[in-house]
Amino acid sequence: MSLIPTSSLNEGGIITEAGNAAAFKTGDWRSNVPQWVPENCIHCMFCWIYCPDSAVAIDSTGEKTVMTGFVFEHCKGCGICAQHCPPAAKGKAAIVMVRDEK
Amino acid sequence: MKQIYVGLTGNEAVATAFKQARPHVAPAFPITPQTEMMHKFADFVADGAVDTEMILVESEHSAMSAAIGSAATGARTFTATSSAGFALMWEVIYVAASLRLPICMPVVNRALSGNINIHNDHSDAMGGRDAGWIQMWCENTQEAYDHALMCWRIAEHKDVRLPVMINYDGFIISHTAESLHILPDEDAWKFIGPKDLKTGYSLLDMDHPITVGPLDLTDYYFEHKVSQIEALKRAPKYIAEVYKEFGQLTGRHYSFFEEYRTDDADLVIVALGSTAGTAKDVIDAQREKGVKVGLLKIHMFRPFPAVELAKALSKAKVVGVMDKSASFGGWGGPLFNEIRSALYDLPARPKIHNWVYGLGGRDTDTKQIVSLIEQLQAIAKGREAETVNLLGVRL
Repeated sequence: MSLIPTSSLNEGGIITEAGNAAAFKTGDWRSNVPQWVPENCIHCMFCWIYCPDSAVAIDSTGEKTVMTGFVFEHCKGCGICAQHCPPAAKGKAAIVMVRDEK
Repeated sequence: MKQIYVGLTGNEAVATAFKQARPHVAPAFPITPQTEMMHKFADFVADGAVDTEMILVESEHSAMSAAIGSAATGARTFTATSSAGFALMWEVIYVAASLRLPICMPVVNRALSGNINIHNDHSDAMGGRDAGWIQMWCENTQEAYDHALMCWRIAEHKDVRLPVMINYDGFIISHTAESLHILPDEDAWKFIGPKDLKTGYSLLDMDHPITVGPLDLTDYYFEHKVSQIEALKRAPKYIAEVYKEFGQLTGRHYSFFEEYRTDDADLVIVALGSTAGTAKDVIDAQREKGVKVGLLKIHMFRPFPAVELAKALSKAKVVGVMDKSASFGGWGGPLFNEIRSALYDLPARPKIHNWVYGLGGRDTDTKQIVSLIEQLQAIAKGREAETVNLLGVRL
C-alpha cells in the first residue's frame, strides 16, 4: 500500500471510505499459525464467525458456502478458530495450531 | 452601526456574545470562576432567547467529549472551563484540535491546585498551550466580548478549522462589572453568520459515511500532526482578516498584539490579560516623569507571532516579560521563553528579563509595576540582574 503525503491527507485524519480495514495488513506478527485440514472440515463456518479479524476465507458463490483456507495477511494466530473447530469428522478437528516458523 | 453601551461582568458579556452566535450545542459543567458564564447562558436558553441544546454533563472530560461529538456532526458548539476543570479536560482538548473541530471555549483563567486556590493566574491555559488550539488573551470585558464574537469566524473558517480558547482573567475580568459596547443581536448575527455546514465533515451525513478518530500509528500519526502544524501556521492570515473586518464594523481595531506607547520606548513590558490595563496606567504616570516605557500586550499567543514580535521589540533596550504562571524547573515562564526565543535571530537584541508574578491571584498593583519599571531602568543603565525574577512575593 502506498503511503499518502501530508499534503493529500483528509482533514483531522478522517477516513472517508467504508470497509477499508482490509487494506491494513496486520498478519506479520503472529507466533502461531492455524493449519487447515480440508478432509476433516464440515464447513460449519464456526471459524469464520468466531474469527476476530477477517482471516478466514470462504466461497459463498456456490449452493453451499464453503471454507477455503486462511488469509494470512490478517491472521494473528490467536487460535480462536482452532478452539471452536468441532471435531466432527472422524473425531478430528479441521484446524490445528502450529508454531509459525517464518 | 449603532452599538449598545452597557455594564456587564466579563462572564455576562461572553455569555451575551455566545447567545448572539446562536450555537447549536453547549455541554456545561460548573467550575469557579467560569460557572457564572454558563449560568447566564442557561438563563438565555431558559428565556427562549436562544435555542441551544444544553447538555449537563458529569465532568469537564465529559463536557469536552460531548463538544467533540457535537462538533463532529457539524454543530456550532462551545463549552467553558477554568483551572482544575481544564486539567480534567486535558486528554480531550488535544482530540478536539487533532480532529480539527471548530469548538470555542472560554478559559476563565484560574490557578491550578495545589493547594486549592480559586483566584487568577495563567497556569491552566499555559499548560494547554501546545494542545493545538488557537489561544486568544483578553485584557478586559470589552475584549472578552469582542473575541467571543470573533472566535466563530476564526474557528469555522474553511482554511483554519481549529478550536479557539478565549482567555480572560478569573474574577478580575469574569466577575467585575465594566462598561462596554455590545452589538445589537441582529448586527452580531450579521457579522458571525450561520455555520457553513458544507465546510468540513459531518458524522450525520448519511450519504457520505466517515470514520472519525481511528487508530493512527507509526505510518500516519506524524503526517497528521504536521497537517495540524500547517493549519496553525495558516491561521494568522485569517485572524488578521477577521480583526480587520471587526474593526471596520465596530471601530475596535485588534491585532496579534497591542503596542502601547512603544514608539520611542527604551523599556518595554510584555504581558497578557488584565495586568496590561494596570501597566498602561503606570506607564502613563511614568511617561509624565519622562521615563520612556511602553507595553506590548499579546492577544494571540497560539499561533505565536514570533517574527512580528521580534520586529516590534527590536528597538527596545530592555524588555521585561511578565509571566502569571511558573514553569517549575524551567528557565523562566512560558511567555518569556517564547519571546526570548523570538528575539534570538535579531542582529542586535535587547536585554530581556523575566518576572513571574501574581500566582494564585496575588494582587498585582501599580506599586509592583512601578518597581518593575525601576528595575528595567537600572538594567538599562548597566546593572546586573537575574534572568528570571519574582514580583510581589515574600522571600
